[in-house]
Parts: sequence; structure tokens; C-alpha cells
Amino acid sequence: MQDCRLVAKNIACRRGDRILFRGLSLSLDAGQIVHVAGPNGIGKSSLIRILAGLLRPYAGTVERAGGLALSDERLALDGHQTLENALGFWRKIDRSQGPAADYGLANLLDVPVRFLSTGQRKRAALARIGASGAAIWLLDEPLNGLDQHWSCMAQVAINAHCSAGGAVLIASHQPLAIEQVKTVQLLDYAA
Amino acid sequence: MIGRLWPVFVRDLTLLTRGAQGRGGAVLPLLFFLAVAMLFPFAVGPDARLLARTGAGVIWVAALLASILPLDRLIEPDLEAGFFDQWALRGFSEETLLLSRILAHWISFGIPLMIAAPISAGLLSLDGEQLRMVELGLLLGTPGLAAIGVTIAALTAGLRAGSALGGLLAIPLTVPLLIFGAGSLQPGGEGGLALLAACSLVALAVAPFAGGAAIRAGRE
Repeated sequence: MQDCRLVAKNIACRRGDRILFRGLSLSLDAGQIVHVAGPNGIGKSSLIRILAGLLRPYAGTVERAGGLALSDERLALDGHQTLENALGFWRKIDRSQGPAADYGLANLLDVPVRFLSTGQRKRAALARIGASGAAIWLLDEPLNGLDQHWSCMAQVAINAHCSAGGAVLIASHQPLAIEQVKTVQLLDYAA
Repeated sequence: MIGRLWPVFVRDLTLLTRGAQGRGGAVLPLLFFLAVAMLFPFAVGPDARLLARTGAGVIWVAALLASILPLDRLIEPDLEAGFFDQWALRGFSEETLLLSRILAHWISFGIPLMIAAPISAGLLSLDGEQLRMVELGLLLGTPGLAAIGVTIAALTAGLRAGSALGGLLAIPLTVPLLIFGAGSLQPGGEGGLALLAACSLVALAVAPFAGGAAIRAGRE
């Protein structure tokens, strides 16, 4: 897998006139899983957007090497398209080869995205991430809405991605069942 | 880059022409455009000379208003669904994306308008020469209307009542196009076409950058 490294130095995040957190440094290397934990509203999603380069940090710097894939609360799949075409759109852009990631979606491929349930949407988002070929996965609450079985399978896929030399950052208020995960408590940096 | 942009452009074009996901397609502005041309003779009476004198101006007003109709569907739904974020992560610049969207928007409303213009011209009893000037003017002016429309859509995306605001913002910006477009139809007004083309070029040159900056600012 290609170069893969994400380093954040001393970043602070401001939303409106409130500082959410400050002085946060973290590094993510190939094969690592980082779990950003913390209660609602502490700034997990903002941190992910800062790391993805979609939001400017109020202070500090972020260095990235390697492709990024992001899954947040927004699906980025066309609701009127069938799941196959909606995922196919990103596969065309990402030039991804090989079979579509499964996540039990095989029998849903001809269903329009807008008819999918919460959990099925989440699985579709994970399938999009898996097919992107990006080394670094940024996952915002990836297990929300997944039942026990698929929550387990998602964590297996995350583990597999890391074993293959990728890196994953998960922002979640839920505990993860993955071993060897580096946990960052965002509450420790709250301003 | 062009190769990767192609699927994006195809998606833009399909969504804007066929419509889906809360977006009407290209048919709505087209019907609106024809409806104005149809209603105008009812309002001012069937005097062919009066219609011929004012008709070309009416076509331009109708074209301008038709270009405002799809504003709220140009950028907002994709911003809302996270498409622009996903494209940004893949290294697409907002400027490139907006250029693709301007082109798709122009194809989906400018070209249908030009196809419908002869029907409007018939309803307003314009002669062949006037129709030729209208078509030429639309060819030069609609790219500018498309560029202004996409810029306004990017600026107002994510605002509440953004669509109403978008219409109000677009009107003053499109006035120069209207003046030169309709002006070119007056006797001896051919020079208006050159100014019309100039206005369109300025709008096309500025739009991707202004719109791109608006989308980036909207992320904060």
C-alpha cells in the first residue's frame, strides 16, 4: 500500500465563539487504529473534518500522506439511484478494481438508496470506503445503526484494512471490540 | 484529471436534464419559458405589430426568469448529501467541479431554450430576422446566465430561504445580459451582441472562483 501517515500537531478547534478542544496532537501510521472517544458535542466530528482537511484548525497543523476516505453522517450516494449505480459512481471516480465490498449488500444492489434502512445505509457507506482504495480511513461513528452482527463484521473489516497496511481513525462514543487500538480521550483536551 | 472528472460531469448533466432527488429536470424552465410567450399575447391583445415590437424583449425576460427557476437545485442537494466533501477529499478543486456544473446547467437549460425560441417567436409574431437575432443572442447570453446562476446557487446553498434569496440576488446581476440581449434586437443594435458576449465571458471567468470560494467558506 502507498504512503500512509497522518500527523496532527497541537491543534485547536473553534466552532462559533467556543473553543471545543486545544493542544491535541496525534499521529496515525500504517497499521494503526486510533479511537477518538468522548461524549456528544465534544468535537469528534469537527476533529475528523479538520484531519480530512475540510475544516481549518483554529491552531496547529495537520500533515497528510496517502489517500483519505471519509464516512460521516452524510452518505454521498444518490437516493434515486440503485445501490449498485450509486456505489458505481464512486468506483468510476476512484478507478477501483475488483469486486464490490460485500457487507451483505449483494441482494440490495438493485434497491434505490432512498429505500435503505439506517443500518443498510451505514453498510453502504462502509462499502464505499472499502472500494475507495484509500489508505487512511476516517470513520465518524461507523457503528451507529449497525446490528450486532454487522457491527462485528465492520470491525473485522477495519482490522483487515490495518493488517493490509492501512490506517483507521474512528470517532465514536461507543466502546470498540478491536484490540490494539490507541484511544484518544477528547475530553482530556477540552477547553 | 479530465478522465476522473468525466463521471462527475455525466452525473451533473443527467441530474440537471432528467431531474431526480427533489430536482425537476430541464422541462420545468422550458415550460415556464413557453408559458410566458403564450400568456403575453393574451395580456396585451393580438395586435401583431405591437407583439413584434415587444416580443423579443419578452423572450429575453422569460429566458432570464427561466434561468432562475432551477437555482435551488444546482448546488444545495449535493452539498447537503456530502458530495462536495467527498470530491474535495479526492483532490477535485471546487473550481473544476463548478465549471463542470456550469456546462451541465447550460446544456440543460440554455439549449432547450434555444430550441423552444422559434415556438415563442411564432406566438409573439416575430419575423425570421428577429428570430435569428434572438437565437444568436441566446447562444451568447445563456452561458452567462448559467454561470451567474451557479455562482448564486453556491452562495446561497445551505441558507434557509436560500432559493428565494437566490432569485433576488440573480436579478440585478443578470440585468446587463438582459439589456444587451434585448438591446441587440433594436434596429442598429447589433453591437449589443458583442457586449452580450463580453458580459457572458466575464461571468464565466469569475463564476468558478466565486462559487468555489463560497463552497469552501460554507464548510467553516
